[in-house]
Amino acid sequence: MTNKDYEQLNKKASPPSKSYINIPYAFLIGGIICTLGEFLSNTYQGMGMEQDTAGAVVSVTLVFLSALLTGLKIYDKIAKHGGAGTLVPITGFANAVVSPALEFKSEGMILGLGAKMFVIAGPVIVYGISASIVYGIIIFLFKLY
Amino acid sequence: MSSKLGKYTYRMDNPPSVLAYAAIGSKKESEGPLASYFDIINEDTTFGEKSWEKAESRLQKDAVNKALSKIQLSTGDIDCVFAGDLLNQCIGATFGLREMGIPFVGIYGACSNMAEGLALSALMVDGGAMKKTIAVTSSHFCTAERQYRFPLEYGGQRPLTAQWTVTGSGAAIVGERVSPPYIKAVTLGCIEDLGIKDANNMGAAMAPAAAATIKRFFEDTCTVPDNYDLILTGDLGQVGSDLLHQLLEREGYHLGKKQADCGLLIYDRETQDVHAGGSGCGCSASVLCSYILPAVKDGRIKNMLFVATGALLSPTSVQQGESIPGIAHLIHLSADDDTKTRPSTAGGM
Repeated sequence: MTNKDYEQLNKKASPPSKSYINIPYAFLIGGIICTLGEFLSNTYQGMGMEQDTAGAVVSVTLVFLSALLTGLKIYDKIAKHGGAGTLVPITGFANAVVSPALEFKSEGMILGLGAKMFVIAGPVIVYGISASIVYGIIIFLFKLY
Repeated sequence: MSSKLGKYTYRMDNPPSVLAYAAIGSKKESEGPLASYFDIINEDTTFGEKSWEKAESRLQKDAVNKALSKIQLSTGDIDCVFAGDLLNQCIGATFGLREMGIPFVGIYGACSNMAEGLALSALMVDGGAMKKTIAVTSSHFCTAERQYRFPLEYGGQRPLTAQWTVTGSGAAIVGERVSPPYIKAVTLGCIEDLGIKDANNMGAAMAPAAAATIKRFFEDTCTVPDNYDLILTGDLGQVGSDLLHQLLEREGYHLGKKQADCGLLIYDRETQDVHAGGSGCGCSASVLCSYILPAVKDGRIKNMLFVATGALLSPTSVQQGESIPGIAHLIHLSADDDTKTRPSTAGGM
């Protein structure tokens, strides 16, 4: 039996993820989170905030809620169904920071919580900043001419 | 002394007995179909300890103590303990057993640990070097998740091929022949790798090792699946079990309904959300020591093969793009010691 033959057998034996369930759920739960964001934004603006300020406060609110739900052991249960719907919004990023912080507290505040906090979110920050630098350079070059 | 059959199998000339055994589980196991067979179920997954690693150490310590207490032995009666787990540097075993004062041999065969420990125990006892040994191993869902995968509270979706690490342990005391269950033969497995790279599909990674070891045992002993009541694999889950059947079918061995898998026995896949089944060292160890060994002792199972399987990966090897090697060791357990067909022990030494 070669590796290729076995790969074929394995493909037949392994059930694929249920996209027909996962994708609608991601749409629904991701949509609910975004609708909540819109609702908060409108509410904050109704309280007299500028649109920019309201946007920032909405982010802060969603990050707080996500962190709170992670701590209360609820977020992972929503994400189990939400999938990409809970991963892509800012709430997913907050969960990716808070969950290792909770998990690795047992190795101490410095080398555990402090060092491991960005173990999942770290790459997003690194490549997010790198991409924004490239983007900035491109814009700069366009403005020269 | 054990005699070698073929290239891979050792037949016990004086089959050692499994004198006592104990199994521990936690909440998820208590909700599964085998709950009533466990010796100790602690629904608190921390087991009252401050860290998950301490909880896992506690599992091994309690399993050994429970097994010893069943036959009124103390740690001083034991010549050696063969113990291991999935954690880096096997800290589940070493910290759990450090105060016991039993000569300690740390072993690592990933989830095949129980069969590896039993094989070494049987060879040592049958060889006459030791009188009583213990094989013990454990796994804990929370320690395995944080070492191999993601933090517990991280929100992610697990693919349907993924398995659920059992929080549990099993300990078995092996000694000279007195009563069933007897260990009649062991086959030590080779590392097998058919190129599976998906760490969320360990059943597929381990199935080739299980198939190879089972085939070698049948060849070495000139037997076929029909000679056994049960062929019990460790933690292949649904995907790995399907592949095992197909691989052995190609070699001319039809397992049919003889095969069962500890990973499929311990949980109810329909209601417990475990996807392809249970896994971890504690899976095969706790199922063997709770549900299976009593049946061999009573003679409800006369002849069976226990084939625990391990995926020999590490997070580093997976990140570096390596495939996942598998291993499987086999133990032939029997309710009957065949003394009539064996030379008497008196003539030997």
